[in-house]
Amino acid sequence: MIPAAFDYVAPTSVQEALAVLAQAGDDAKVLGGGQSLLPILRMRLNAPETVIDLGRIDALRGISEDGDALVIGAMTTYAEVLASDLVRDHALVLHKAVATIADPQIRHRGTVGGALVHADPAGDVGAPVLALGGELVIAGSGGERRVAAADFFEDLFTTAVGDDELLVAVRIPKHTGWGAAYEKFVRVAQQWSIVAVAATVRAEGGTITQARIGLTNMGSTPLRATAVEDALVGKGAGDLAAICASAGAGTNPPSDLNGDADYRRHLAGVLTRRAVAAALG
Amino acid sequence: MTAVEDRPATEIGTRRLRKEDQRLITGRTRWTDNITLPGMVHLAMVRSPHAHATITGIDTSAAAQAANVIAVYTAADFPEGLGVCANAWPITPEQVTPDHLPMVGDRVACAGEIVAVVVARSAAEAQDAAELVDVDFEELPAVLDAMEAMKDEVLAHPSKGTNKSAFWQLDSAAAGTGGNVEEAIAAARADGILIERSYRQQRLIPAFMEPRSTVVDPTGEQVTMWTSTQIPHILRFLIAATTGMSESKIRVIAPDVGGGFGGKLQTTPEEFITLAVARRLGKPAKYTETRSESLLSGHHGRDQYQKLTLAATKDGTVTGLKVELVANLGAYIAIVGGGVPVLGAWMFNAIYKFPAYQFNCQTVLTNTTWVDAYRGAGRPEATYAIERLMDELAAEVGVDPLTIREKNWIRHDEFPFTSVAGMTYDSGNYEAATARAKELFGYDELRAEQARRRASGDPVQLGIGVSTFTEMCGLAPSRVLGSLSYGAGGWEHASIRMLPTGKVEVVTGTSPHGQGHETAWSQIVADRLGVPFEDVEVLHGDTQIAYKGLDTYGSRSLVVGAEAVVRAADKIIDKAKVFAAHLLEASADDLEWGAGRFHVKGTDKGVGITEVALATFASHNYPEGVEPGIDADATFDPDTFSFPHGTHLCAMEVDTETGQSRMRSYVCVDDIGHIINPLIVEGQVHGGLVQGIAQALWEDAIFDDNGTLVTGSFVDYTLPSAADTISFVTENTTSPSTTNTLGTKGVGEAGTIASTPAVVNAIVDALRPHGVHDIQMPCTPQRVWRALQSARSTHPGSTDEGSLQ
Ligand SMILES: Cc1cc2nc3c(=O)[nH]c(=O)nc-3n(C[C@H](O)[C@H](O)[C@H](O)COP(=O)(O)OP(=O)(O)OC[C@H]3O[C@@H](n4cnc5c(N)ncnc54)[C@H](O)[C@@H]3O)c2cc1C
Repeated sequence: MIPAAFDYVAPTSVQEALAVLAQAGDDAKVLGGGQSLLPILRMRLNAPETVIDLGRIDALRGISEDGDALVIGAMTTYAEVLASDLVRDHALVLHKAVATIADPQIRHRGTVGGALVHADPAGDVGAPVLALGGELVIAGSGGERRVAAADFFEDLFTTAVGDDELLVAVRIPKHTGWGAAYEKFVRVAQQWSIVAVAATVRAEGGTITQARIGLTNMGSTPLRATAVEDALVGKGAGDLAAICASAGAGTNPPSDLNGDADYRRHLAGVLTRRAVAAALG
Repeated sequence: MTAVEDRPATEIGTRRLRKEDQRLITGRTRWTDNITLPGMVHLAMVRSPHAHATITGIDTSAAAQAANVIAVYTAADFPEGLGVCANAWPITPEQVTPDHLPMVGDRVACAGEIVAVVVARSAAEAQDAAELVDVDFEELPAVLDAMEAMKDEVLAHPSKGTNKSAFWQLDSAAAGTGGNVEEAIAAARADGILIERSYRQQRLIPAFMEPRSTVVDPTGEQVTMWTSTQIPHILRFLIAATTGMSESKIRVIAPDVGGGFGGKLQTTPEEFITLAVARRLGKPAKYTETRSESLLSGHHGRDQYQKLTLAATKDGTVTGLKVELVANLGAYIAIVGGGVPVLGAWMFNAIYKFPAYQFNCQTVLTNTTWVDAYRGAGRPEATYAIERLMDELAAEVGVDPLTIREKNWIRHDEFPFTSVAGMTYDSGNYEAATARAKELFGYDELRAEQARRRASGDPVQLGIGVSTFTEMCGLAPSRVLGSLSYGAGGWEHASIRMLPTGKVEVVTGTSPHGQGHETAWSQIVADRLGVPFEDVEVLHGDTQIAYKGLDTYGSRSLVVGAEAVVRAADKIIDKAKVFAAHLLEASADDLEWGAGRFHVKGTDKGVGITEVALATFASHNYPEGVEPGIDADATFDPDTFSFPHGTHLCAMEVDTETGQSRMRSYVCVDDIGHIINPLIVEGQVHGGLVQGIAQALWEDAIFDDNGTLVTGSFVDYTLPSAADTISFVTENTTSPSTTNTLGTKGVGEAGTIASTPAVVNAIVDALRPHGVHDIQMPCTPQRVWRALQSARSTHPGSTDEGSLQ
């Protein structure tokens, strides 16, 4: 479990990092928290010539408010997200999802940006960011651009971030006062989601006025269950079963050791009902 | 003396913290990989990615030229051979046994087999260069599954002409230990109950914490090998036997070893290769495996198909049991690989009074990683089958699973009891353990809750699983092993040295790798010789220090190894008495022994055993005609096995919407005879339980159709962590063993043997009203959910989904 040899660079600004990236090109890999990249290097599934560590760029860290949005720096760790009142108050479903990731050690290393760019369909950050209508801020030689979460995830392990670009932040519209739940289905505690459902709802007097549902590992990218979201408006706790059962309809989830596609579609329905019920409180 | 007064009255039975734990837990100790020697070189193995292939060429030139590479070797570089990974237990004289060489040059028979080794100045450089070795493989068809192998259509070793390695039978009518099983089955078919089932023991991987590692130092007069093994003595013998090296020129040391679970009961290709490279280069050499290598190339466990026929009368009295196994050995027959399934022969009948019994075992070769002992080795497989069957019988008769067991088990007043398989069970009390377990579990209350949840149609159903197991431990009476063509004896050796300063060195031939022998042996010796616990040092795992021994496996160390320690201690007392009498100017007959001192009866004159030790060190004044020394050693060969037992009760909550099962409570009452250290026993039981539960719920080693191990990392080989377990309730009842002085039985494997069927029985119990009779292990949520779906789509009582039939 020893990675192949590589050069190591630790820039202190985004500009510097972009310059190194431009110079090194395809042969470079950006290092966030390393919780996905290091296993890949150690198992020699990839052997970049240069590793660019973003850990010294303070500008990429931290959680702040910008009007109606929360801005979470790409290098903000899961532990920082979990400790943040801003996230809890305005993006509760993200808090709940991040709380399910791995173990404390990994949560003190792994970053929101790394998780989003890594774009593992079983990762737990994508679905809540998608459900919350997040926007991803990407920096390149030509400056910054913003991409909606719906357009950001392109395929398995593939995002809108180009080889010569960096993800610098994620902007999340505030969902203040929304109820939220993240139902993660696993066989052992330390496991990636077999299926998970991120649900966040706004309700008045037990009636849902708005609902957002993100699905984890139900396709090659995180998905929104928009038909279910629409059907939930105006409904209450007693109506969930029939509406939520179809959350997995039309999806094309993977088949693997933990379950085949049919089973995952079934789980998506059950977990959506449970998540929405829990979010309603 | 005041310190002594604070001591427990006896060390035996005291919850001593383990003296080895600080160094083991902090890792500041001699793990093999921590050893660094001057000029040491590092090895990386080049392994086959294919399950079965001919090697048509190996180009090592690029690797040889890589930075800091010292050498690259293939099998061709060792025309004299590198030794043999020997099979020490051919189960029949006709057994088909393919040669198992450490490195192959012409054909690989499983993925992970070693075809070349790269030697470099650092492990990183060796690994870099290993990627440059270019091996041309021509793939051959591979056979992976044991049932496929039985067809002999694709051959794991074409030159052998068959995949069938050996057939082994025990028949109670032929052996004279019971009736004819076919007659019992015919009678049950005509007018009784016949339970016919097929179960699958999936393949497991013994995931010890410390990966295997070997360091060999060829400088000096003897070659020294440090290796992460359970069996330093057996390894040394087999190195000598298969390489032609003089046994006296080989010293094997198992320093601290981080777990084994049977997985380090092996002589490995990596050990032979590291030895050969070190000797060839004349330099110390180290090889440490990666976790991926460990999962693929350390031996695997279980992997059996079981066909079972249980005959009973209509009231549920058992009349016969027939067992037909097909056991997958993998590509080669590992050290005791063929024998592990055969150990089940004496265990399928378990605690029940079967009048007729037949055990059949067919072993087969496949193009998969070799299979050998894994915690329990043969007994978990047997216990699973019989405990699942007893539940099926209870369901058929329509009574509680405990009722059917009680009806058929050996009563406590029937011990010693000779089983239908011909084994004599030393002692036990199934009634007492069961009564206590029921009480701790709240059995009746949980049954009432189960009924309520069934009646209300709760989507989360409650199931209660029972396992009343026994096992045979204390490997093993040497004559019995001889009668089974096992390649060694089963005795154990110990010696005790009384040092002049009053300290005591205990040398044991057992080779602990996490079990806590240093603590337990110290407690035993402290009591026996009346010396402080802290003054006892336990030495082990070095063939030059513990020159004689047969190592640690099969729950043998306490019942066999510690008995040797006890006997050595008793010899010391006998010898010391002569000196004490001389020093006290009394007759030996007038001396009383107690609390570490000899007293002259009726006087206050006495001398401590440590004073005697000092006096013999000086030897200025000792009796005529006696050797000046009181050290002693002893070799103990047991007459028979010992038979621990226990009642395990498990409550599982099964979510019928998702198929997820969660453990609600687990109670076990194990009877392991007298207990030396309750804390160590709890540790062994808790760890064992988790491993057995893991077979029921989580672990499964899966190869794809090409023979690639899909579960090749801990992402996919779902090993549980502490977060997946609940707090177990463990207690003990005590039926002292009659096979050894201390009345102890083994406990190392009990939890693993007992828990697997308790869990599966609980899940099936939860779902039986839904028409589910079986779920194949591991009981993944998907399997449970599908079993429910298919039971619902037919009608209750008719599903075989999820099972093998
Ligand atoms: C044992 C274990 C269990 C885990 N369990 C879970 C789980 O249950 N759920 C879950 O969601 N995750 C899990 N993870 C993964 C964890 O969440 C990772 O931290 C995450 O996937 C990647 O984040 P990172 O910061 O570690 O990124 P890294 O590993 O450093 O990088 C990942 C990828 O993103 C790229 N990258 C990183 N930052 C940037 C950036 N700012 N701009 C452009 N590219 C970037 C890297 O080049 C790399 O390709 C687990 C990991 C481990 C080791």
